[in-house]
Amino acid sequence: MALTEFDRELIAATQTGLPLVARPYEAVGAMLGVSGEQVRERLAQMLAEGLIRRIGAVPNHYRLGWTANGMTVWDVDDAQVDALGERIGALPGVSHCYRRPRERPLWPYNLFAMVHGRSRDEVALQAEQIRTLLGTACAGSDILYSSAILKKTGLRLKEG
Amino acid sequence: MPAPDAPNEVIAPDRTDRRLIDRLHGELPLTERPFADVGRELGISEDEVIERLRRMLAHGTLTRFGPLFQIERAGGLFVLAALEVPEADFARITALVNALPEVAHNYRREHRLNMWFVVAAETQAAARAALDRIGALTGLAVHAFPKEREYFVGLKLAAEAPSSQETHDGAD
Repeated sequence: MALTEFDRELIAATQTGLPLVARPYEAVGAMLGVSGEQVRERLAQMLAEGLIRRIGAVPNHYRLGWTANGMTVWDVDDAQVDALGERIGALPGVSHCYRRPRERPLWPYNLFAMVHGRSRDEVALQAEQIRTLLGTACAGSDILYSSAILKKTGLRLKEG
Repeated sequence: MPAPDAPNEVIAPDRTDRRLIDRLHGELPLTERPFADVGRELGISEDEVIERLRRMLAHGTLTRFGPLFQIERAGGLFVLAALEVPEADFARITALVNALPEVAHNYRREHRLNMWFVVAAETQAAARAALDRIGALTGLAVHAFPKEREYFVGLKLAAEAPSSQETHDGAD
């Protein structure tokens, strides 16, 4: 679906965050020259269409005690990766699970699962569960722990 | 190297903060006064909800508060990419990469490919251009891993889950 001019303005006005005031949708409307109700209606449609995943808080996992973050990566048989990816995505500690292209020989991995824990041991334990689930379909794996968040801003749509 | 956002000065969220985060991890109501409605559910005032959100954003407990747009639905895309950055040059390369508005996230990871970032763009061409620009600016090979299929995106981590901090922050 194509974005309308109003959509673009709405995204530009809210992508860095909603105003923290009693009537936030009205405040956004005031910036765009429309009513708060129009803002709420369009946001509701965007939610229904999936253009907005959710409206809410994005926590910093580190500050909540989830200090270990491992990008687990797996070289999984192409014929089985989709069925197995769905099952791995459903595991409790997995926040993102994707299939991505390999780049051999540097990068033989086609399945990415982001795993969170309160310690690296917890992450490693969950990676073991994934390994068990993948069984003989997996030819190799690695865990890339994050040691620093260098930037986290979310979407930045260009103005106009 | 310690994570720059690691809590070296402890501003631990208290139990009410954690309840608020869990509640607002779901949906902020699309009502005229959403913070009042959320406050009513949690037994705190509208002002307190706003004040706590403000404080958690200021302290970095929350990185953002608002709508999370899924630009794929409007033709946009996110591309994960990685660089092999020489350690001695890490700070300079980080500044170059982070300066691009298309770079939404950037993480240092322990691997030969030690910098992993996400480029968000409205079109394939714009994503390609941003990746090319990063290659040109840094002089490094950009390894792009565009999403081929999404199996799951979401968060099952509860802010209220017990943690080592829990014994110190039983504010309520």
